[in-house]
Amino acid sequence: MLLLAKKFARDIPALIGLVIVIVAITIAIIGPWIAPHPGDVVASHLTQRLKPPSAAFPFGTDNLGRDLLSRVILGTRGALEVALIVVALAAAIGVPLGLVAGYASGWPSELIMRITDVFLSLPQLVLALALAQLLTPSLESAMIALAMTYWPFFTRLVFAETRRLKAALFVDALRGIGAGSTRILFAHILPNAISPVIVRATIGLGFTILVAAVLGFLGMGATPPQPDWGLTISESRNYLPDAWWYATFPGLAILLAVLGFNLLGDGLRDLFDPRLRRSR
Amino acid sequence: MLRFILRRTLYAAPSLLGLLIFTFLLIRVVPADPAAALAGDNATPQQIADIRHQYGFDRPIAEQLLIYFGQILRLNFGESQYTHRPVGLDIRQRLPATLELTFAALLIATVLGIPLGVLAGIYHNRWPDFLLRLLSISGVAIAAFWFAIMLQLLFAMELDWLPLRGRSSVGMLAPPEITGSLILDSLFAGRFDACWDALRHLVLPAVTLSLGAFATITRFTRAGVLETMQKDFVLYERAVGYPHRRLVWIYVLRNSVIAAVTQIGLLFGALIAGAVVVEAIFDWPGIGNYAVLAILSADYKVMLAVTLLIGVVYTVVNILTDFVHGLLDPRLWEQL
Repeated sequence: MLLLAKKFARDIPALIGLVIVIVAITIAIIGPWIAPHPGDVVASHLTQRLKPPSAAFPFGTDNLGRDLLSRVILGTRGALEVALIVVALAAAIGVPLGLVAGYASGWPSELIMRITDVFLSLPQLVLALALAQLLTPSLESAMIALAMTYWPFFTRLVFAETRRLKAALFVDALRGIGAGSTRILFAHILPNAISPVIVRATIGLGFTILVAAVLGFLGMGATPPQPDWGLTISESRNYLPDAWWYATFPGLAILLAVLGFNLLGDGLRDLFDPRLRRSR
Repeated sequence: MLRFILRRTLYAAPSLLGLLIFTFLLIRVVPADPAAALAGDNATPQQIADIRHQYGFDRPIAEQLLIYFGQILRLNFGESQYTHRPVGLDIRQRLPATLELTFAALLIATVLGIPLGVLAGIYHNRWPDFLLRLLSISGVAIAAFWFAIMLQLLFAMELDWLPLRGRSSVGMLAPPEITGSLILDSLFAGRFDACWDALRHLVLPAVTLSLGAFATITRFTRAGVLETMQKDFVLYERAVGYPHRRLVWIYVLRNSVIAAVTQIGLLFGALIAGAVVVEAIFDWPGIGNYAVLAILSADYKVMLAVTLLIGVVYTVVNILTDFVHGLLDPRLWEQL
């Protein structure tokens, strides 16, 4: 454990990622107390519309005179919440399916993996948008749609791991002493397959923040007056190019948050399995 | 080789079938009343009943599935609520614009990504490597719609160097259609003003779309080069004093580009999907923009058709990628 921590500490990009993630989580938790104008979720101050960045408003104000710094801070919680729920939901669907498909043989396994293939061959964003629309557009629909499009990644990953571990000696031994399939799968194979799942989930958090922002931007996610980053950028488009700050800062927030999770995920991957190449 | 292609195509068949069944279920199971969903918000009960009959929702589900397959095979997707034209026709007219944009983005990403990836590999753990890694990590983390707006803000609104949106200027007559690509068609027609105009319109959307692909290609080329540089033949050729440049740019590159080529293939599918957002922002008259308009106006027939189209493109491109892969590394023929 100490060795791992030391190795992690030498990986500067991963450390930067960790710091960004910790800061983001902190802001998400204590946001309402550190935002200079916590009331600016719903309040509007029409006398100070579209003010450029200044000492009073470091990120400027929007078309309703709301402080953008506060709104970016307050939007952090929503972004992380959505990402966490979506990834947890996707893992809850994808991991058990992958375990079963990897451990079973014959048609159940084939069926699960074929369905996974179909989902993987579909354009994720288009599918999420279509699903969100079919479920009537709202934040909940967006989250369900995103989870429905992300679970196959977990299934494929866990499937491969389970297939590999199924042939391991310790599984044979467990079967020999009479352990049941459920016990072997969840108490013994799953813990051994968990590290790639954690890596995938970390990168998935970043990815979900990104896609959720697109959904918000296209009006299929958060609704006004929520301080959603994607939604804010979409609202800003009517006030460009004069109010450049309006679009710039929420986008930077997205970039930083996603970057943090991606860097951390890459670092964890190297830590858990140095042989694996860095990829998406 | 023929056997390889045949078998690979057969492997794709269950996926395509699954895709058809999935889209079928999507439209019939997810909304409470599919007929009402298809009819739109302002439909009268009579219209809903008509649609229920027209689409055969009142028939057994197996029969519905067969009818659906028949419609898809005849490329009959119904009429768009938004444009009031057959969806198939709309897609055929809009597809060339998307393909032009996608190919342009892929071209930018490949032409920049492979050499830069090689550079990063050669200068491993020195500043060009760090810089490119930072760039490629940010390329995946950046929100395309935001990047597009930033580009518009800077190059179209502030500096006024490039057009803000669209595929050609108002009043610019389109050249006679041959390939569907505005740039190529105007070249064939000798209309250099139209070609220049189309190019100027293409720059910002193509650059936006290429960002993610560029990041991936750079990463995979870099990883490939790093791996190949460790190989014995490189060590040998270095030892006998083979010219370094030639060694890197011909022999190492050829051996390390395979993974990147696979990615280029996979990226093509991802780019078409990514075009959805980019087209919406730049008002590019392709299928991505069409899909967004359809989704926002709950035009299910269009959504269905576009989802199917992109799914099929994904699958076909996967087969083609494996084929190119085999050309680069003939050992793979044997494996399938």
